[in-house]
Parts: sequence; structure tokens; C-alpha cells
Amino acid sequence: MSGIPHDHYEPKSGPEKWLDRRLPIVGLIYDTLMIPTPKNLNWMWIWGIVLFFALVLQIVTGIVLAMHYVPHVSLAFESVEHIMRDVNGGHFLRYLHSNGASLFFIAVYLHIFRGIYYGSYKSPREVTWIIGILIYLAMMATAFMGYVLPWGQMSFWGATVITGLFGAIPFVGDALLTWLQGGPAVGNPTLTRFFSLHYLLPFVILGLSIVHVWAFHTTGNNNPTGVEVRRTSKEEAEKDTLPFWPYFVIKDLFALGIIMIVFFAVVGFMPNYLGHPDNYIPADPMVTPTHIVPEWYFLPFYAILRAFDGDVWLVQILDWMSFGVIDAKFFGVIAMFGSIIVMALLPWLDTSNVRSGRYRPMFKIAFWVFFIDFFVLMWAGAMPAEGIYPTIALIGSAVWFAYFLVVLPVLGVIEKPLPQPETIEEDFNAHYGEGAASGNATPAE
Amino acid sequence: MFKKLTITALTALTLGAGSAQAAGGGGHVTDFDFPFEGPFGTYDQAQLQRGLQVFTEICSACHGLELLPFRALSEPGGPALSEQAMREYAASWEVFDEEIDDWRPAKPVDYFPAGTYPGAPDLTVMAKARSGFHGPNGLGLNQLFKGIGGPEYIATYLLSFSDETKEEAGTFYYYNEVFPDNWSAMAPAIYGDDVDYADGTEATAEQVAQDVAAFLMWSAEPKLMQRKQAGFISIGILLALTVLLYFTNKRLWAPYKPKKEI
Repeated sequence: MSGIPHDHYEPKSGPEKWLDRRLPIVGLIYDTLMIPTPKNLNWMWIWGIVLFFALVLQIVTGIVLAMHYVPHVSLAFESVEHIMRDVNGGHFLRYLHSNGASLFFIAVYLHIFRGIYYGSYKSPREVTWIIGILIYLAMMATAFMGYVLPWGQMSFWGATVITGLFGAIPFVGDALLTWLQGGPAVGNPTLTRFFSLHYLLPFVILGLSIVHVWAFHTTGNNNPTGVEVRRTSKEEAEKDTLPFWPYFVIKDLFALGIIMIVFFAVVGFMPNYLGHPDNYIPADPMVTPTHIVPEWYFLPFYAILRAFDGDVWLVQILDWMSFGVIDAKFFGVIAMFGSIIVMALLPWLDTSNVRSGRYRPMFKIAFWVFFIDFFVLMWAGAMPAEGIYPTIALIGSAVWFAYFLVVLPVLGVIEKPLPQPETIEEDFNAHYGEGAASGNATPAE
Repeated sequence: MFKKLTITALTALTLGAGSAQAAGGGGHVTDFDFPFEGPFGTYDQAQLQRGLQVFTEICSACHGLELLPFRALSEPGGPALSEQAMREYAASWEVFDEEIDDWRPAKPVDYFPAGTYPGAPDLTVMAKARSGFHGPNGLGLNQLFKGIGGPEYIATYLLSFSDETKEEAGTFYYYNEVFPDNWSAMAPAIYGDDVDYADGTEATAEQVAQDVAAFLMWSAEPKLMQRKQAGFISIGILLALTVLLYFTNKRLWAPYKPKKEI
């Protein structure tokens, strides 16, 4: 399975051989768990397991919640309160699920930033990267629809605003909007289809995640140096790697333990901190909240969406050039989706042939500016669209697109990278000393 | 990396709460000390019973508690009325029974009736539907330390009316310092000595406002104490597990990291 040479599963006993000839599932599990993994992976390589845990947590708690939840506009809010009051442990389950979404997004953002910093998207891992972006999009859709289910004020008005985005698309917008909402406005048909899709999409994410893992198990993991594992022989490969089990499983579980402690503290002691109080007001189509704000994990993109209003000259020019087809609203929608599409195009926008940001002095600066920009946009997205905030959002959006479309293509040409280590072993030994055990990768079972 | 990570997580948390900011009006909300605050806080049974009395005698004239069943009043962790007292209390309410097509005294399985005054919002989850603290600069950072401030908002709101009124299209509005846009359709309801507390507590305006706010927090979050307990148990187990994993990990990697002491 992997391109890195390593020992494969050998069925020894009779029953093992019998099964292996018919279904080599033990071999598949063995090869997956024993995959040679660069031994210099740092603590930013733990988010995969956190994400896997978050997905399982959301699916398990979600399935139980769905047993008690009623997707109907006149019963949804009540049924959630029924879960909070009458279902055994329901209050904790629901808070695990609602905060689990936040855990999921914190982990995915750090996972993505790690990939960007260490160039994990570069050849030959483009497919892994694109599948990752697809997973991220599916996560956004799932989280958005899940937030609609309690049918509070933010649920309703969030759904109205976000489905409304599709209405901004010229020519087909209105039809698309009606199709999405299942009627002329957000109502019961919207709620039932969102519930159905909210149940379906996590399994799509699960499937995509398996392909995601499959893809990087084929290419091998990236690592902080960005230098590939040597593959000429098994002996050489073993100098650069250790098997995933037990070395990385235990390390990742330890990190997961720490994150779980923080997570359970949030769930146990301040479960509504990340939510919006307005969502405890039952949905009322007649009363618009003063500020409609999405959940925190959508804020950067919400800021980009709102940044391009009719006062921006770029928007005005495009509006004029397209004879009004691309108006400010549609421009915002294009910008928002564009800000994610440019992420998917990273493997081709980054022209540098040095993978890891560790050896790219100019890239490092650009990366941290981009990183801070993400939080500036998040903050601007939370603020009302008045005063200084639209300007901040506009600058933030410009920085976002400049990073992908200008800085990365140019840096690859003008930047002088620092010398990279020859091998992963060299990098690892520089940190931890040349151990007698290095190269001896027999798993301690 | 962990430092970076912690900062990121904290920033995400604080920025997230920034979305919890309210608009307009919004005078200063007093940070009352409620006994249920913080990880170790618990509901004060006597206070919840006083709050129930305030709700029954004052608020219920207009507002409902549609999501709260009478039986909850005798559950542990809440006002915890005795079974007998709860049944008697329920029977003091009339609910409409569709089966007999008539009104009858409420039973423990019934829910508090809806509000009787048009436009008066239901109060069951009101304490979670409001936030009192948004600072600094609308970031919501202080919610980490003060809590979201729903009950604080309710108590402050009840105490923040002035004498000013205005009439618009036949409706009277009352000036309130912390209400969004400052003009509340609700008339001032708490003046002090509004109720005769059964437990002899002096019914100052502040006392009454805090008691009813505490009661509404309970009606919004009746499982608060169970939740905190589950939190402590989870953290305890995870802590033990994490310590074991730490040492396992250290030992596992030791042969490969000779520079690092075990």
C-alpha cells in the first residue's frame, strides 16, 4: 500500500492463511497501523487523531440526539429542551455535540495551518490536500445545517442569510433558492431537509476521511523538514521512520488527552460560551435579530462575504463591466467561495520547490501575516458591519487573496531558501542525539 | 508549539464569544454574585424557592414558563419542594385540558401555562437567551471569568427602570437603562417589599430581583449541577489517563531520544 518499503503482514497459522486468501483484511489493518511514519513529526501532527475523535464523537452523540429530536418548526425548539431536561444525560450529550462542533473546527483549522506551514499540499500530496478541502467544505455544510436544527432565532436567520447567498447568483439564483429552502422562505421543508442532510453528511465526511488517509498512506506522511523518507531499501527507510503503532498512536493519544481535558472543562463548566444567546429564543420569522452572526468558525469567511459592499471600487467596476450581472451581493458570494477555492489551488499557486516553511525565511513572514489575518477577519466578522469594521474586513480579505494569488507565486521565484537537511534521520538526530536504537524500528509490542 | 496552540485556542474562544455581543442601549450590567457561578457553584435551594414565589406572585401575571413541568419543582438540585408541596402548588394553577375541553387544576405532569399578556415572552430559557457581559470592546473576553451574564442581565434589567415613559401607537414604553434601545414594553415590576417571603428574608428590590433571576437560571438550566459533576468526573478520568499516557509515551520514545533524560 505504502510507497515506503516495510514489513508486511504474513499469515502464519492455518485459519489466518484461510482468511487471508479470501479477505486480506488483517493485512490491511496491519499495514495501516504499521505504516512507517517519519520519526521527526512534531506536536502539530496530532490534529488528525483529534479530528478523527471529533468525527466519531459527533456521529455517536448525534445519533442519540436524533432519537429524541423532532424536526418540525413547532416542535424542534421544544424537543431540544426535552433533551436538556427529560432525557437521561441528554443535557450533557447535547452540550458535547454543540461544543464538539467547535472542537472539530479548532482542530481542522490548526490541521490546515500545519499543512500550509510545512507545505503538506505540495507534490505528491495534492490529492490528499484537495480531499481535505472537500472534507472541510462538507464540515461547513454539516455544521451550518446542524446549527439550524434547534430552531432558535440565530438558526432561522442564519439559514435565511446563508441560503440567501445562493439567491444572489444571477439568472438561476431565485430558482436555486426556492429549491434549497423547499419553498418561498425558510420554513418547515427547510428544517426537514437540513435534518436529513445533517444526518447524511457526516458519513460522507467519514468516507472522504478514509480516502484522505488512503492518499497520504500512499505518498507517505509529510514531516517538519519536508524532506522525503528514503525509500531505496527497507533498512534506509527504517532510519527515517518508526511504525505508526505504537509510537505515534500513544503520542497522539496523550495529546488528545490534554485536549479532551480542556474540552470537557468547556462542556462541563461553560457550555454556552461559544454559542449565541439569541439561539435560546424560539425562531420568529417576524422579528429580525439586531445582528445576525454565524458561529465563530464561519466568521472569517462571513467577514470576506460582507467586505465587498457597493462602496468598493473593484465591485463598482465589475458591476459596470458585467452590465450589473455581478452586483455587490454576488461579488461577496464569489469572494467567499473564492477564498476557499484558492486554498484548494495551493499546490499550484505555491511555486517554491522547497516544501517546509522552516527553510523559507520570506515565506515564514508571509505565513504568520496570513495566520494573524485569519483572526483579524474572524474578529471583523463578529462585529457589526458599520464604522471601521468593513474597512478592516476589506483589508483582511485583500491580505487573504494576496497571500494565495500574489505572495506565494512570487516567493517561489525570488526567495533564497535555507539549506535543508539531507535526511529525516539527520534532522531527528540533531534534536535528540544519535541513539543506539535509531534504525532499529522493531515495534515494542 | 503548545504555546502557540494555547494562544490560538484562547483567541478562538475569545473571538467566538465576541459574537455574543448585544446591540443598542446596554447600560452597565451589575455583576451580581450568584451562588451557582463557577465550576463549584451550586443552586441555593432557599433562593430558588424565593424566586419561585416572586415568579408566582409577580411575573406570572403576564409571563409563562411553557417548557417547565410542575414535577421539576420537586427534583433534586432545584427548588426541591416536597412531593406534597409540589402537588399543592401545581393544583393552585389552572390548565386547559383538551380531553375534557375545560379548565382543571394542574397536575405534576402538566407544564406551566403560557403567558397571558400578548407580547410578554416566555421566561423558561430567558436566562440563557440574554448575555450581560460583552467586554472588553465587544470581544466577550470577560465572559470567561464572569460567565455569560444572563441572570445578571435579568436582575439588572428589573432594577434599571426610571420613571420616564413614552407612548407610541397606543403602547406605553418604559425607560430602562440596560434594555436594548432603552424602551421596554414591560412596566417596572420590582420596587422592594413586593412579596412577603415565606422564609422571612427581607424583600429588598435587589433581593427580589436576584432571587427571581436565580430561579429563572434554574428553569433555563435545571441540570446545571449534574452537568458540573459530570464535568469533574470526566476531567478526573481524563487526567489519570493522560498522566499514564505521558509516561507511556516518554518510555516508548526514550530509546530513540538519548539526548533527553527520562
